[in-house]
Amino acid sequence: MSLAVSDLTCRRSGRLILKDLAFGCAAGEALLLKGPNGVGKSTCLRAVAGLVPSSGDIRCNGVSLGDDRDAYHQHIAYAGHLDAIKPQLSLRENLAFWSDLFGGDGADAALELFDLADLADRPAQTCSAGQKRRLGLARLAVARRNLWLLDEPTVSLDARTVERFTGVLKAHLEGGGMAVIATHLDLAIPATDFALTPVQDISDDPFLAGAF
Amino acid sequence: MAGLTSLLRRDLRLATRSGGGAGQGLVFFFILTLLVPFGVGPDPGTLAKVAPGTLWIGALLAALLSLDRLFQTDFEDGTLDVLVLSPVPLEVLTATKALAHWLTTGLPLIVLAPILGITLNLAPEAQVWLIASLLIGTPGLSFLGMLGAALTVGLKRGGLLLSVLVLPLYIPTLILGARTVVLAAEGQDPLSTLALLAALTLFILAMTPFAAAAALKVQLS
Repeated sequence: MSLAVSDLTCRRSGRLILKDLAFGCAAGEALLLKGPNGVGKSTCLRAVAGLVPSSGDIRCNGVSLGDDRDAYHQHIAYAGHLDAIKPQLSLRENLAFWSDLFGGDGADAALELFDLADLADRPAQTCSAGQKRRLGLARLAVARRNLWLLDEPTVSLDARTVERFTGVLKAHLEGGGMAVIATHLDLAIPATDFALTPVQDISDDPFLAGAF
Repeated sequence: MAGLTSLLRRDLRLATRSGGGAGQGLVFFFILTLLVPFGVGPDPGTLAKVAPGTLWIGALLAALLSLDRLFQTDFEDGTLDVLVLSPVPLEVLTATKALAHWLTTGLPLIVLAPILGITLNLAPEAQVWLIASLLIGTPGLSFLGMLGAALTVGLKRGGLLLSVLVLPLYIPTLILGARTVVLAAEGQDPLSTLALLAALTLFILAMTPFAAAAALKVQLS
């Protein structure tokens, strides 16, 4: 099991955001995307998830995103800034929906895992930001995918829950899973750092752009 | 398959819980139809003449009312991202969402329509054909609207654009649907018109999930 990304280049609204990135990780490994705000960490994760168009070669377990999108998506789970939670439904209903859709089960076990079992029957709109975040992360546990793509997973979590989440993440990695995480926090997991640097795009420079 | 029934159940639940808006279309249809006698006058003959068109236009506008939220809320809260990554094909997901829309807006309208037909002095022999034409025609309205919703998802204030896009596409369904009821009221055989309406709806049901899935893929990129 492995993730291999090469020559990843991505433009959004004409602006070059990622240029010729190459990174990867093997089973049991985590990769931390680091860099200042606006450097393209979220775009990089969305590109690897196939949610924004990009050029380059992205492969997970040998399946290329460009060649077979559906088969590629069988290997990944993505948790972005938004938690994909419906406020009118209870926590259990929210999670049961995702677990049905991804063909998994164990919604109750996942709620237990993120310390949400007591709140299971409350509507999500009555939950705090941190509790919603935990529910968003619990989706990873029911989706049962190899590669987790996490965008700032610890936002609005308290120290105890960060520890709990780190434990879940560790268990995922020890079970042969992989994770690519954009974070500013030092998570207590064995991981490799990958630093993103701002891309110099000549089309951003009015003088140079005019010269072409 | 479990995923699909789960999506359908979730959409029905969301529509029927508070703030879901399932009842709004029904109330809108009711009020709109009751406004017509005030506009065209209380003469029973005139009302009977405009009844088929009024009921069909009312149903069509009521169906349009909740369409802009079909994908918008899923887009705004990140659900659409996760749906795209799920193993269920996007074409099937869009069809399921349109079906849920029909069950929560189209079907209740059909139940209410005969009652409103009586208030508009619709010929009794046309009532069955009104129900039949709405039953066959309104799924097409939901599916065409779903395509419009997929095209305008992510746009601020996309609701108006959605109406402008979708209303012209409703014209064939409206013509055939209202014509079925008019023919029945005039004592002619409306079966062939109804068959054409059925063919049109089947065509829409077959095409729009694919078009909507393609539109969503573009919107997400």
